[in-house]
Amino acid sequence: MEEKTVVCRCEDITVEEIEELIDLGYDEIEEIKRITRCSMGPCQGRTCRNLLIQVVASKTGKKIDELHIPTYRPPAKNIKMTALAGGDEDEK
Amino acid sequence: MKSSAEIVIIGAGISGLATAYNLAVRGMKDIVVIEKGYITSGSTGRCGAGVRQQWGTEMNCRLSKASCEILENLEEILDYKRSIEFKQGGYLLFATTEKEVEQFEKNVTLQNSLGINSSMLSIDEALEIVPDMNTEGVMAFAFHQKDGHANPFHTTFAYAEAARRLGVEINTYTTVTGIKVENGRIESVITDKGEIKTHRILNAAGGFAKDIGRMVGVELPLKPERHEILVTEPVEPILGPMLMSFSWNFYIQQEPNGTFIMGYGEPNNPESQKIDSSWHFAQEMARKAIGVYPPLSRVRVVRQWAGLYMMTPDSQPIYGSIPGVDGFYIAAGFSGHGFMFGPITGVLMAEYILGEEPEIPINMLDVGRFERGELIYEPSVV
Repeated sequence: MEEKTVVCRCEDITVEEIEELIDLGYDEIEEIKRITRCSMGPCQGRTCRNLLIQVVASKTGKKIDELHIPTYRPPAKNIKMTALAGGDEDEK
Repeated sequence: MKSSAEIVIIGAGISGLATAYNLAVRGMKDIVVIEKGYITSGSTGRCGAGVRQQWGTEMNCRLSKASCEILENLEEILDYKRSIEFKQGGYLLFATTEKEVEQFEKNVTLQNSLGINSSMLSIDEALEIVPDMNTEGVMAFAFHQKDGHANPFHTTFAYAEAARRLGVEINTYTTVTGIKVENGRIESVITDKGEIKTHRILNAAGGFAKDIGRMVGVELPLKPERHEILVTEPVEPILGPMLMSFSWNFYIQQEPNGTFIMGYGEPNNPESQKIDSSWHFAQEMARKAIGVYPPLSRVRVVRQWAGLYMMTPDSQPIYGSIPGVDGFYIAAGFSGHGFMFGPITGVLMAEYILGEEPEIPINMLDVGRFERGELIYEPSVV
């Protein structure tokens, strides 16, 4: 069986895919994120962002505080459109 | 970083990188791109990812048609191994007033004369394409099947990779702090990582193009505005075309990965380079979206953000050079449409910089048109 380690469960991105991009010259997390969508799915990186940072740091040999770290964007938690619009009984 | 260059391009968004690639492919050497963030960190990577040919001026129709034709073949042209997620699901434009119906009829006649096969649709015809939308208050629609979507990240990285293979140097996280001009000629670009001697600069700095202009003492007629966007979780494909209204002020499109991306323009938007997000936008957008497309009510919003539109007085871009500053070129002021025009911007600016005749004449889009009073007002902007 093929060995795979999943980093981003929402977008199904593996360690191997990220390392492959780094081998191609992509060493910025912001760019890797936008090519793979790693940490852009429903969890918004709350599960995978720190894993992605660790993979990039270990593969590039850079320290984590030397890397440019993506920001978290609102909303803090997924929210139904109807709740945003101001009225959904399910969200109570 | 190189210490001298044939040209320094400021901005690694679609305009800067498409121009870098097109210059390199035409044989220019020593091209250096300076980017203060990462590739696509500015307006390109924050845009709504829409691509349309339904415009109200001949120039915008010609530019967008040419750009779209490049996008249709971009992966092959640039030998890009991934997908740019190009989708031609059409744009369905809502006409909600008599005046807007008339404007759309005029636009469609113009577009048809330029080879863009758009058409007016009745409510029933539009409902065949999008059965579950709410058409209350809509009088008619305009539709063009070849409009649609491209992924701004992949499209721009495709140009970046192709440009790098041709020797273009792209410096990210590098900020331009000054430009040296002597006797009306560009001499060098100063960055926080060193100075680059050059006699040519392309200002492709998007929302910061005005600041770059000021570095050579030019006050460009540009106004940056914050525009907000939100995106939902991915769901199964249910919406083919982009839904858009100028009078009701919104756009909503389902992207090929299943997410819905949507936004609107704040009326009387002040000049600003802020890109923070507002609760007001999320709430107002959700109300608008559910109103016209009720299936969205159960879909979850996962992220919102903002980016800059760089507005010109007539909502059309500025292409060309700046009189009095030899070697200073500009491709900016796209008024919210820089991504979709990007592929043709690259071709036209490369031809212009190399002294060739651009394949679409761009002289009427020069910066001088504002002083001459020769504005060509685009009526169809969100």
